[in-house]
Amino acid sequence: MTSPRGTGTSLKNFPLFGPITAIVFAFLYVPLLFVIGYSFNSNRIVTVWKGFTFDWYVEVMGNDDIQRAVINSLRIAAISTILSVILATGLAIGLLRMVRVGRTAAWSLIMAPLVIPEIVFAIGTLALFVQIRFTLGVDSITLAHTAFCIPFALLPIRARLRSVDLSIYEAAADLGANEWTIFRRITLPLLAPGIVAGALLAFIISLDDFIVSYFLAGAGGTTLPVYIFGMIRNAITPGVNALSTLLLLASVVIVTISYVIAIRKR
Amino acid sequence: MPQEAAPALHVRGVSKSFPTPEGGEVHALDNVSLSVADGSFMVLLGPSGCGKTTLLRCIAGLESPDAGEILLRGERIDGIPVWKRRVNTVFQSYALFPHMTVAQNIAFGLQMDKLPKEEVTHKVQAALSLVRLSDLGARRPNQLSGGQQQRVALARALAKQPEVLLLDEPLSALDLKLRRGMQLELKRLQQETHITFILVTHDQDEAMSMGDEVAVFDSGRIVQVGPPREVYLRPRTRFVADFIGEANILDISVAAGTASAAGIGPIPMDMWSGDAPPLTDAQHFAAVRPEDVTVSPDASGRFTVLDATFIGGDLHAVVDLGTHTLTSRQPAADAAGMCSGDRCEVSFRPGSLRVVEA
Repeated sequence: MTSPRGTGTSLKNFPLFGPITAIVFAFLYVPLLFVIGYSFNSNRIVTVWKGFTFDWYVEVMGNDDIQRAVINSLRIAAISTILSVILATGLAIGLLRMVRVGRTAAWSLIMAPLVIPEIVFAIGTLALFVQIRFTLGVDSITLAHTAFCIPFALLPIRARLRSVDLSIYEAAADLGANEWTIFRRITLPLLAPGIVAGALLAFIISLDDFIVSYFLAGAGGTTLPVYIFGMIRNAITPGVNALSTLLLLASVVIVTISYVIAIRKR
Repeated sequence: MPQEAAPALHVRGVSKSFPTPEGGEVHALDNVSLSVADGSFMVLLGPSGCGKTTLLRCIAGLESPDAGEILLRGERIDGIPVWKRRVNTVFQSYALFPHMTVAQNIAFGLQMDKLPKEEVTHKVQAALSLVRLSDLGARRPNQLSGGQQQRVALARALAKQPEVLLLDEPLSALDLKLRRGMQLELKRLQQETHITFILVTHDQDEAMSMGDEVAVFDSGRIVQVGPPREVYLRPRTRFVADFIGEANILDISVAAGTASAAGIGPIPMDMWSGDAPPLTDAQHFAAVRPEDVTVSPDASGRFTVLDATFIGGDLHAVVDLGTHTLTSRQPAADAAGMCSGDRCEVSFRPGSLRVVEA
């Protein structure tokens, strides 16, 4: 195959192309293979292989604390995804209609969480919640996650929205559609791929967040990453490997589903 | 005659300004008035940025005028939101909905009118066959050629049976050959449907070949309205004379009842068009079409031929008048063998010079 840019020069001719590729992939995937492999290790000492077992999976799935943490994580991720996607969609449409000066300012303010150190955001949010006496727990984490998921959800939605010719909305209005109908029948279907991508991004960002969740967890707000951190504080147990493998499996399934949806849409 | 019917659309004293990025203001429309006869084909003609599209958008409801009123069949519509107006637009970019099929695109507007399902289906079919796309209802817009997309945009707007159909430079994205075909097609559609068409274009040939009437725009104002032939034969201003067809503009000064053109000299009275405004003792401009100018070779002539080109059976000549030039178009037989640098004399067809406003 020729390269899409039509230069005709194959990337494979680049010196050390093969070794560099191998090193990069090894760096990315060898740790994962370790986690997956040792999750089936029957030895209690993590790094010494003894034999094959499903025991750790049974143990992890039967653990009430882990179940609670998983439920917390999923609930937080689901609600903050829905909220942040709704807000991001509104923001994207709002930004489109703003005058240039206001738009730049608003865009910078909304995108700031991407560059603010997360630890600062976590401390600030904690201070705020304490100040207004908001009980720490699942709800406080959900609110904070919603806030920092907005820019992630907004990026693909806005990219999609900007690719749509503005006269399409005018045509819809011209043909007799009011604002709400335009939103429902034109804007939303056209944005759907962007919204799906944004939701997926927000969901995964929320699901694996540690710092903010750790600061705001309070009593009963333990999420899965926070729980795993607690587990490895003393030693890495085979249970952690099993749990991590399950988490990996879940991510792969989610991404695969969204990929299939995206292909079928085309 | 459609011109004698009651007006379908009446625009009265409409003005519209836009802020510029530099903080200033552009007067896109400056006290514009226009009356469009029912069932006629009106063309708004002018160079880009002259306000013609802004007027179209004000009629559609996509812009709201700063002043003035717009009446559709005698009723004011300038306060009504765009989706409630019985006018529809064909957009320059077609603006088809990419996530819907051709049939769904056409059905959209009918569904907005809350028509029963069978009627929608029936009208979509009728609209498709009107634009000769009956077989393509199931296609997506991105599977169609530019010309086909254009027809879908037309069908979508026509299916609503609007009081007035607005067309914003609908043919500008098509190549020349296709454009000519669509001009005839548009004319046919207008005559078949008896819907009032208002078309915006910067292409004078398009305006001349399609319009029952042409409204010529110049910097936010309508400078002349009339049937194309009338506007061509009797341009009111220098701008119209120059923009519609070609024209030579002569500087005329009048002294003691005798008119003289700069660089040419006295103009006999019979050169002036009979229905032209009278000459007063002041500076004037006169327009004369190249086909009304005759250049004859004359070794003792006062002028020099700058350029002589034979195109088909015609000679196109450019003559040096000192301060400016004069262009002629005449049968080649009259001046065979003329080439640049030759001496010559010029004359005008009697009745061909018109005084025009600056």
